Amino acid sequence: MLSYTLKRLAQAIPTMLIVITIAFFLMRIAPGGPFDGERALPPEIEANLMAAYHLDEPLWQQYFRYLGNLVQGDFGPSFKYKDFTVTELIMQGFPVSLQIGGLAILLALAIGLPLGIIAALKRNTAVDYTVMGTALAGIAVPNFVVAPVLALVFGVLLGWLPAGGWNDGALPNLILPVIALSIQQIAYIARMMRASMIEVMGSHYIRTARAKGLTEAEVVWRHALRPALLPVTSYLGPAIAGIITGSVVIEQIFGIPGIGRYFVQGALNRDYTLVMGTVVFYGALIVLMNLIVDLIYSALDPQIRYDD
Amino acid sequence: MVSMDAFRPLALAGLMATTSLGLCLPAAGAQAATLQVGNGAEPSTLDPQKVSGNWESRITRQLFDRLVNYGPDGALVPGLAESWELSDDGRVITFRLREAQWSDGEPITADDAVFALQRLVTPATANHNANLYYPIVNARAINTGEAEPESLGVTALDSHTLEIRLSEPTAYFLQAMAMTEAAPLPRHLLTSDVEDWTRPGTLVASGPFVLADWKPQDKVEVERNPRYYAADEVALEGVDFHAIEDTSALMNRFRSGELDIAYGAVPSARFEWAQENLGESLRVGPLIGSYFYMLNLREGTPLSDERVREALNLALDREVITERLLGMGQTPSYWFVPRTIASPTSASLDFHDQDMDSRRARARELLDQAGYGPDRPLELELSYNTLEDHKKIAVAIAAMWRPLGVEIELVNREAAVHFAGLRQGDFEIARYGFVATVNDPYDFLNAYAAGGSAAASTGYADPEYDALVEASTHELDVDRRAALMTEAEQRLLEADVMLPIYDYVVVNLVSPDVKGWQPTTLDVHPLRYVSVDGDAP
Amino acid sequence: MSTDSLAPTAAPVGDSLGRDAWRRLSQNRAAMASLWLLGLMTLACFIGPWLTPWGLADVDWNAFDVGPTLEGGHWLGTDANGRDLLTRTLYGGQVSLSVALVATFVSLIIGVLYGAVSGYIGGRVDNLMMRFVDIMYSLPFMFLVILLMVVFGRNIFLIYAAIGAVEWLDMARIVRGQTLALKQREFVEAAHALGVKDGKIVTRHLIPNAIGPVIVYVTLTVPKVILLESFLSFLGLGVQEPLTSWGVLISEGADMMQTSPWMLLVPSVFLALTLFCLNFLGDGLRDALDPKTR
Repeated sequence: MLSYTLKRLAQAIPTMLIVITIAFFLMRIAPGGPFDGERALPPEIEANLMAAYHLDEPLWQQYFRYLGNLVQGDFGPSFKYKDFTVTELIMQGFPVSLQIGGLAILLALAIGLPLGIIAALKRNTAVDYTVMGTALAGIAVPNFVVAPVLALVFGVLLGWLPAGGWNDGALPNLILPVIALSIQQIAYIARMMRASMIEVMGSHYIRTARAKGLTEAEVVWRHALRPALLPVTSYLGPAIAGIITGSVVIEQIFGIPGIGRYFVQGALNRDYTLVMGTVVFYGALIVLMNLIVDLIYSALDPQIRYDD
Repeated sequence: MVSMDAFRPLALAGLMATTSLGLCLPAAGAQAATLQVGNGAEPSTLDPQKVSGNWESRITRQLFDRLVNYGPDGALVPGLAESWELSDDGRVITFRLREAQWSDGEPITADDAVFALQRLVTPATANHNANLYYPIVNARAINTGEAEPESLGVTALDSHTLEIRLSEPTAYFLQAMAMTEAAPLPRHLLTSDVEDWTRPGTLVASGPFVLADWKPQDKVEVERNPRYYAADEVALEGVDFHAIEDTSALMNRFRSGELDIAYGAVPSARFEWAQENLGESLRVGPLIGSYFYMLNLREGTPLSDERVREALNLALDREVITERLLGMGQTPSYWFVPRTIASPTSASLDFHDQDMDSRRARARELLDQAGYGPDRPLELELSYNTLEDHKKIAVAIAAMWRPLGVEIELVNREAAVHFAGLRQGDFEIARYGFVATVNDPYDFLNAYAAGGSAAASTGYADPEYDALVEASTHELDVDRRAALMTEAEQRLLEADVMLPIYDYVVVNLVSPDVKGWQPTTLDVHPLRYVSVDGDAP
Repeated sequence: MSTDSLAPTAAPVGDSLGRDAWRRLSQNRAAMASLWLLGLMTLACFIGPWLTPWGLADVDWNAFDVGPTLEGGHWLGTDANGRDLLTRTLYGGQVSLSVALVATFVSLIIGVLYGAVSGYIGGRVDNLMMRFVDIMYSLPFMFLVILLMVVFGRNIFLIYAAIGAVEWLDMARIVRGQTLALKQREFVEAAHALGVKDGKIVTRHLIPNAIGPVIVYVTLTVPKVILLESFLSFLGLGVQEPLTSWGVLISEGADMMQTSPWMLLVPSVFLALTLFCLNFLGDGLRDALDPKTR
């Protein structure tokens, strides 16, 4: 398993190189540049700006310049946030996103998994219908509706919690964004857990386990739970990478200084260095999370092995 | 005349106020408090020469005084210069600087101003508004890399006297000197080997506030500058500029009391609601900005036919948009230069006082003459950048034109794509908003003159127009200048090169506890005049 | 043991699979009701606009932003431009339902096949295929879509393609995970020993046994796709005015929820109804297709 892990980590380098190369050129094909704003710039001034950021060089030269800097750990200065380097922006924002996202994931697992299991075991009862109905509602209402409603109700009308702001991560400031971020995840996880639990409980080896005379609780805990977690685990790998890198909607509505906004705004502003920074960061997380998921597979089902 | 003698008494009064200690504490009873401001987007920089948006200059103006500042009402008042003089030929301005210190105790000298202006036009600085300073001798050559920064026509005659030489008299120049990019900069800091000089702890300020902390995407905190020349007049302990862009977030946090001021918090969709529920906090005022549709005049599109353009202009019912669709007090515009600008023009589309029915009839006639009718509908593409209000307006205007047999294809483009398309002339009709950076019609008129951005986008070229704009720029007599500018603008309007829609308003939320804050036509609000009543928030 | 477990898990051959599944599905009342309702809603979206008194782009200059009313013919109110909300929601349904159908179908087919093949073959092939998935995850979605637009021009099928092109990734990861586990089970080994071809093992044994999570994920993909479409429209890459979609209507309505709640509620109810129907239908379908409960 260790050699497999090391091999996968080594493979991350060519994978990332491909990602960086495709993303770099993909981004530059897009129409519009970093200095295209409401206020059109006179040609002399635009020329000065292009030169200041080396955008007047041939594209391949810019690409190798970027790679060269990247090797030295330099992601370059952000085009938009001129006083900060991309590394600084990501390193200042990521702990915030990680905190909100991590809590949201934990909350989603803590609520979503039990709900899914209960709904599966009480299949087609009132309990099942209530849980799944609520979950569906959670999925149907997008977070750009949920978040402002939460801020309005608890922040403005009731005044129980701050309507927004980060306040260095004080607990009251965390509650609403974490809830808003987790609602959809709770629903997803509950729905998926219910489905795979039903699948597993109907399978042949569970019937065998029952035939051995185990109690229902023992069947669930010892035999059903782990295989039933497989699909949720598959889903969670990329999902966690997405959630801990922040959500632009949640960040904007609650004023959270995370990095989620950089993914959308960096792209909208054509902030090339920032876009590349987020791509590299997110790509590395994806590779890592999917590796972890693959390792968890073998823990959940010892029969799963990877040929080295 | 531009000579600022009128300001002398005011400057003197200011001087007296600062010297007569004890009597000058403003708004007696006001508590020292930290003002919480919802400021819009995250500032991209705090270097006053690299800022590009009002959410940035709103902060840098509190950190860096200019030689000429904006007063509480937006009019020009003495800043670091206590007086200035314009030579009779209008080509030399001499500023007399007051005794003042940087926040680190170094004196603020004319050399700091020379340094800043040289840096402003240096190509590597890549300042967005450097072209406004091209009237200074050699500025353009320096900015295009053809001359050394030291050759700029700016000299420190002594430690507190600055001379600026212009190649031609320039009417708007003093307005440009009030902009944040023209602020003197701490030369001793920028010429040292300090990196990232705009960071808290490093940045040295000349304004009423100094930088205390900056958390990206969260807030910029400034606190009172004890070394400010008018520190005694500053009531606020500090200001937190929160980076909040989302309008519903701004409004929520204002309503929950977390913000004292929320800039740009009210979109048209919530305006009526805000009027009813936040009445006393809602501050609406005109903004010097023009919302209009740019027309591509190049050969090969139906819009190169003047009759078509006039027909579209005639059939556009501006009052429906301002009153029914937006309802925030925007002025329907039949002109390009907003009427609220300093030294306004009086040009106007000639049909502005006709009723809609006869305008529509005339529009039909024109389209008919141009060869469009039921069997040959006029097909045009109207593009706008993504925003709910732009969409609403475009949809309504397309519906206004439809009865004339005009078929509009609406194209919503992401901002970067939209504005790149404009730059490359890749559009037929395009939504555009032009908000003044400098409080002078030159800012607007120059856009359609040769080399201007709108001329480049639309293909508009009229040597007579260029000559009128040029002449008006160098004319220092107020009435003659207004006549020249009006004539120039009238040429644009008579050729129907654009479809003016409305003059902007700016809507901010300001708590009734905030005193000394006024709506201004440039949306500038010097916080040295602001205080907070009652309990600290 | 091995032959015993093979029998109940292999899906039956030929069209008896379809007929059998349909028979089981038609006995599930909730699923059938959902199917009818979905059909009805689709019909309403595609035929309804001809029956309402207003057109898609018709502006009622006397009724900007009015709530639901029987007078004036705006049964579900109008939007900020004075356009009939019912008419627009029905038109929006045409876009959203077809985006959802096509994009989900594309993601289902690609994702399930890709994942099953990757997991079943395993080893180096699995590794390569999954690294490709990692790369696809990492590419910035927005620029991917813009590239598609540059290549194919402004086109509604582009939206389907773009959304389908990213949504299959999760599906592939999930199916591959299931396949890795399933292929170790006795019934696969038995099928192998009996000389069943690899292709058949994948389609007849592996995929049917992974069907539960797949169907649930499909029902989760639909709302995701419908709302993602509104993000594309925000970028100017989705539907263009005057055409609209549920996603666009909901995000417009979210802006106005305090003052004109009907603008949010109307499209949201249509979307929620679709989801509930799909959910019951999905559950019914799962039971009907489940090889184990036969």
